[in-house]
Amino acid sequence: MNEVVRAVIIALGILIVMMTIAASLIWVERRALALWQDRYGPNRVGPFGLAQVLADMVKIFFKEDWIPKFADRKVFVVAPTIIIMTVLMSFAIIPYTREITLVDLNIGLLFFLGMSSLGVYSVVLGGWASNNKYSLLGTLRAAAQMVSYEVFMGLSLMGIVMITGSFSLVDIVEAQRKVWFFIPQIIGFFIFTVAGIAETHRLPFDLPEAESELISGFHSEYSGMKFGMFFVGEYLGITLISGMIVTLFFGGWLGPAFLPPVVWFLLKTFVFILFFVLLRASLPRPRYDQLMSYGWKFLLPLSLLNLIVTGAVLLFMK
Amino acid sequence: MFSNLRSIWIAFLHMFHKRETIQYPEEKIYLPPRWRGRIILSRDPDGQERCVACYLCQVACPVGCISLQATQDETGRRYPEFFRINFSRCIFCGYCEEACPTYSIQLTPDYEMSEFHRENMVYEKEDLLISGEGKYHGYNFYRVSGLAIGGKDKGEGIEDLPPVDVRSIRPDK
Repeated sequence: MNEVVRAVIIALGILIVMMTIAASLIWVERRALALWQDRYGPNRVGPFGLAQVLADMVKIFFKEDWIPKFADRKVFVVAPTIIIMTVLMSFAIIPYTREITLVDLNIGLLFFLGMSSLGVYSVVLGGWASNNKYSLLGTLRAAAQMVSYEVFMGLSLMGIVMITGSFSLVDIVEAQRKVWFFIPQIIGFFIFTVAGIAETHRLPFDLPEAESELISGFHSEYSGMKFGMFFVGEYLGITLISGMIVTLFFGGWLGPAFLPPVVWFLLKTFVFILFFVLLRASLPRPRYDQLMSYGWKFLLPLSLLNLIVTGAVLLFMK
Repeated sequence: MFSNLRSIWIAFLHMFHKRETIQYPEEKIYLPPRWRGRIILSRDPDGQERCVACYLCQVACPVGCISLQATQDETGRRYPEFFRINFSRCIFCGYCEEACPTYSIQLTPDYEMSEFHRENMVYEKEDLLISGEGKYHGYNFYRVSGLAIGGKDKGEGIEDLPPVDVRSIRPDK
């Protein structure tokens, strides 16, 4: 009974904190992007423009929620919820600290990969149900991009699994007490980050929604809170990928003792969220064939090589 | 690859650059005096309207946003009975200012003239007329023209010679 209450409290806490973070990321992203582009960003509503988040939320809730006549109504409504659900499910397995862990699955990493694969359905179904040429093009791109980048997203993590000998995220963090995994697994870290950006279809890999060519692609037809859910899903995705990078490569909650572990975790995650925004501020979008050839011809061989070298070194050390 | 890393680094360094934004309502951009903004009608140094209602501005206006009606006072001085500029049509081209023979109509460096109702964009003469001389000081059309109006007869203007009797052959008259 006590365990159940504790789990419920942690689950609710994670839900509230993550939704708040995702909402306030709208503000963070706009301010940080502006900082790197020599602008100010929203700085009028409330202190430092913080109330912009509230204003945006009120706006998006009261906007007309319009479903096109030609859309496949049921699928159209369900699609945006899928991305939020899958991403929120993944938050369940992240170890925030040793105590604040909702579930310590022995296949935690596989669960995360599976959930992020399910996230593709949101984009694909949303674009398909919109019954619109541009949405379809965006969907095609999203499907190809996410499926192909998932391949080596998984492969890039296998080095860590080999070193740790476990799929459990708590074990992986504990294994980083001596040295954080981004030093032995620097290539894995690089590939996972790139694949993570592609997986959340953030800039520079935002080809599924490319505003300038596909008029925001798969969510062209979405409005009101349905559009908002895609948006929140994207920000949750950024938070999730940042959290996973921190857990897998930067020692999760580990850090000098002058700060509590959960603060270390959030701090590191925030740095990576800002890094995602920085990427948006600096890199242009690649062409679609460049994206695919970059994935299959460069990152996949690299991750396989990383796998082989890690295995060889582990065998040699034994 | 390295060019990508370099551009990320350059974007990161922009954190320490000065921001380009001018925080508009608090800070304002410097506008040169010749900036073409809100149109005004100026007065001559004696404090009377410079406009002589010659209609040149109305003719020069490419969008036809100026309308006026000429009239005269009892001494023969021309002035506009009404002078109306529809600023919702005005394109601030400045042709009216160029056409004006008396420096009366002038464009000013003011652009803050948004309104909620379109009718309010129509400025009447009392809205347009300012109490000063605007950009061109010291010019008074009736003081340099040969016209006889109240308070100034022929030959009393600046640099004016007394009128010559063209029917006489004597050079001193």
